[in-house]
Amino acid sequence: MPKLPAPPLPASLKTPPPRPGQAGANAGPIEEAKNAGITVVDWVDERTSLSGAARWLMFRKVPKGTNWFYTLGSATMFAFLSQAVTGVFLAMYYRPDPAGGAYESIRYVTNDVFLGQFVRGMHKWGSSVMVVLVFLHMARTFFFGAYKYPRELNWVIGVVLLILTMVMSFTGYLLPFDQRAYWATIVGVNINGTGPLVGPYLSDFLRGGSEFGATTLSRFYAIHMLLVPGLIAALLGAHLYLVAKLGTTAPPWTKAHKRHELHETEV
Amino acid sequence: MRPVPDKRDKHKSKYTLDRGIPGAFEGETITRRRFMTGTAHGAGAVAAASFALPALGFAFGPIFKSNPHRWEVVGNIYQFPDNNYVPVVITLQPNIGEAGKSTVYMRKFNPEIDTDAADVDSHTPYIAISSRCAHVGCPVRWVDASERFICPCHGGVYDLLGRRVGGPPVRPLDRFYTRVNGEDVEVGPRFSVNSQLRRFSPRDPGEPLDGIGQYMYPSRPGAQKL
Repeated sequence: MPKLPAPPLPASLKTPPPRPGQAGANAGPIEEAKNAGITVVDWVDERTSLSGAARWLMFRKVPKGTNWFYTLGSATMFAFLSQAVTGVFLAMYYRPDPAGGAYESIRYVTNDVFLGQFVRGMHKWGSSVMVVLVFLHMARTFFFGAYKYPRELNWVIGVVLLILTMVMSFTGYLLPFDQRAYWATIVGVNINGTGPLVGPYLSDFLRGGSEFGATTLSRFYAIHMLLVPGLIAALLGAHLYLVAKLGTTAPPWTKAHKRHELHETEV
Repeated sequence: MRPVPDKRDKHKSKYTLDRGIPGAFEGETITRRRFMTGTAHGAGAVAAASFALPALGFAFGPIFKSNPHRWEVVGNIYQFPDNNYVPVVITLQPNIGEAGKSTVYMRKFNPEIDTDAADVDSHTPYIAISSRCAHVGCPVRWVDASERFICPCHGGVYDLLGRRVGGPPVRPLDRFYTRVNGEDVEVGPRFSVNSQLRRFSPRDPGEPLDGIGQYMYPSRPGAQKL
């Protein structure tokens, strides 16, 4: 029978092997089905050695005192995944046409498409949820001192992810193309333009010209759905890799383990 | 013990064979391995540049593109007084519907009040004030009773000539060139002015034009004055 490498469970949770005389390996269709599943997983594992990587990623040691604050990073990631999935389905209906098509397609999604209002609402409110979670996660890292050596690079990647999240919020805001979206983008691009020396060129780049023009909306749409999500996904992978590689920190209120004297009997 | 050859020997030959490098051939100054590595890297760089450079040029091209000047008839010469503004709607960007339109406040040039505009008058037989606030670009409106342009977003206030009298804006309201064609009044490209109403090529809102501001916020190829 094929055998998967066992996760390092405590001895009390491990299923004991069948005793001699009990119903063993040749027992019924349920056991057969179980074996088939293991065979498939084992077939893949023999050719990829993924189980080692999966165990390295998932069965990590965590410090004492790990608590609910440590879930904020995962929460942010799931907010991103929710945005990605709802965004893909919204893209099936959206038309980046500034001469009225964009507004009309959003109106159609909201009013006519089955569950359209719900999916659009998830995407719209989910963006705020993601921004709030990013800041809570950042605050947790800051107040727990988890940005210190050797995790500085992960903090830097996190700041880039924060900026990219802001870029997503900014570019996504224009897409409904109603009055609020239009004027907020005018104001936002002009705030970009107030950066000295590079500001005017930056705002020209965002608009695709010196005035809000025919390609501004499609430019924002491409940045919103193609450019930045790819960057976020890649940096998220690096962020997670470093978390798994370096481990998490104990909360600052955890006392250092008291070094007790070694007795002769123990040695 | 064998003598170890001194790598810093200054009489080093340029031929790989003389230097005892493995895989050396007579007359070669570089090993074949090194040559192939360099070739592969070079080919990779050429391949990457062949798609990256056009893509970057494509994305950044609009910054360096100069736009043709548009002239648009907004009314006739009898329609605009010289002491009050009449709003007209012009098209800044064709083909994108309402998003490409903007309100302009028009008035006839008045030598009594347009005294600051020394170098403006020859280009502007009619004064055309842009409704784009010089703070961050919200639309201002002309309030007749107080003779002020007022911005709804952050409280910018401008006087009859479009000069800032209150709020956060950093320079006066932009203007447009005008010209008279027969009995038609035409509005042309935009220009910006500083607090002395001197003409500058159009700047985005929020960019001051007094003192060092005109150098901190340079003019762009896509928006030049006439």
